[in-house]
Amino acid sequence: MTRLLFFVSEAFRALRRSAAPSVAAIVTIVVTTLLLGVLIPVLKASEDKTSDVREQIGLNVYLHDDATKAEIDALERKLLAIEHVDGVEFISKNEAAKILAGRLEGDLRNSLKELKSNPLPASFAIDIDDPDNLRAVSNAIAPVGADGEPEPISPAIEEVRDARQDASKITRVTGAVTVVLGILAVLLLVASLLLVGNTIRLSIYARRREVEVMRLVGATNWFIRWPFIIEGVIVGLTGAAIAVAILWLGKVTVVDPLSENFELVDSFSTMGFAPLVIMLIASATIVSALGSGITLRRFLRV
Amino acid sequence: MALTRSRKRTSARTRGRATQLARERRTRQPKPPIVALRDATVVYPGGHVALERVSLEIERGEFAFVVGPTGCGKSTLIKMLIREIQPASGKVLIAGRDINQLPASKVPLLRRRIGTIFQDFKLLPNRTVYDNVAYALQVIGASRAEIRRKTPEIIRLVGLQSKIHNYPDQLSGGEQQRVSIARAFVNHPPLLLADEPTGNLDPETSIGIMQLLYRINRTGTTVLVVTHDREMVDKMRRRVIALEDGRLIRDERVGGYHDESTREFAARMRHELGVTPDQADQPE
Repeated sequence: MTRLLFFVSEAFRALRRSAAPSVAAIVTIVVTTLLLGVLIPVLKASEDKTSDVREQIGLNVYLHDDATKAEIDALERKLLAIEHVDGVEFISKNEAAKILAGRLEGDLRNSLKELKSNPLPASFAIDIDDPDNLRAVSNAIAPVGADGEPEPISPAIEEVRDARQDASKITRVTGAVTVVLGILAVLLLVASLLLVGNTIRLSIYARRREVEVMRLVGATNWFIRWPFIIEGVIVGLTGAAIAVAILWLGKVTVVDPLSENFELVDSFSTMGFAPLVIMLIASATIVSALGSGITLRRFLRV
Repeated sequence: MALTRSRKRTSARTRGRATQLARERRTRQPKPPIVALRDATVVYPGGHVALERVSLEIERGEFAFVVGPTGCGKSTLIKMLIREIQPASGKVLIAGRDINQLPASKVPLLRRRIGTIFQDFKLLPNRTVYDNVAYALQVIGASRAEIRRKTPEIIRLVGLQSKIHNYPDQLSGGEQQRVSIARAFVNHPPLLLADEPTGNLDPETSIGIMQLLYRINRTGTTVLVVTHDREMVDKMRRRVIALEDGRLIRDERVGGYHDESTREFAARMRHELGVTPDQADQPE
């Protein structure tokens, strides 16, 4: 217990007496932790967004205006029978108009009302269990005939449209974004680890004479090492705490108000703030403490 | 005031006890010499032979000098004794134990039993005089009470009680060397090594330092001083071990003056070196 107190007071003494390197180390950790604190949620969000987009991909089957009720019911049963189809939703002409009206605003909505008839077709929205099965389902609904033209399974079908091309583009783009962000994150992580290590090494290097004297007086390696490790813990904790405070400020002042208005930004807060904070503080502290302990090894060789 | 007086009495008693113990140690027989080198050879990386087949023995309680020109291997000898460097061949025995057989984890224990003093003092720059001396006690796991008792006592012994809360850069060279002696001696090690302890100091201050070392020697501690100050050595009339080009060329046991008091010692030194007394820098 006396020992622990001694080590802690030694660590604080070292921090006080070598303020400049300590501040440099703390600032390095603040910057690194900030970067990680921003990157990790963004990375997580982009991943979630991708799976979001993939889930939304489905098929739309548009119907002729003159399709009878019997034809439509028969088609619904046929569609449900197709493999990989999760669900089928009928959207009537009126419903389609309402959906469109809901998306439009102001003048555009008024101009829609001025239309004498409803130009929108009725349709089936088809949910597919996996976007990869899109083509198979699409082919099942409208197989390509001998003449190269699609031959739908029901005369009520006017057109089968899928968001396949768009979807694959989206998945490809978001995938690329994830990969790029991931590479960036790894690079940043490596760079910041080196930076933190280097800063700690500098502050210890400035005190290598001191370490040498301690050894000459007969201090064991751990006796010398503990204050340095505790110093590392203090530096790491302080740096991480400052970074978290800044992150929290940013979240409260920028992200939260934005997310009320924009759905996209909202999804950025996919990762809980608390686990993120705990992770950041823990890793900053461990890296800093380990950095101190490992760098010392070089000076402790007897 | 009463407190100060009682502390002084304690310190006197402790010193008396130490002297008595030392005498007992000397009469008990037989004990291996405190330092024994057997054909010790040190080769630095690059092939430079710093010490070549050096053999010598230093008995407990001795005050010995190692002299020789710069680069003759004096400092190497000191470093070898605290196992900062290891000989390529030969043996280094401290109190009969081969220190190069010690596992690395036991080296700090060896160093605690040997006080070391350097030309450049090697004080911890961000600690006060008190904390520098206390560090040597903290290292060996001394209790707080023990540290509070022993540290001021030893600082008073070296005559720095008025500078106890100063930092090393606020002290003169002689004062810094006194701090380093206090630190080396606070654990009462049986062996004290001094590497050019007066190398940076003027003659009068040097006499003060040598007087201090002599007083430590009289408590029974073996003192080995490395120096190139031939004049000082000749006047001290103690054993002289001379090195040249890494070889032992002379080992003279000059008798006499073993029972002079530290005061007599200092007075004689001043007289023989032609230095006028300057009481200001002297303890007591």
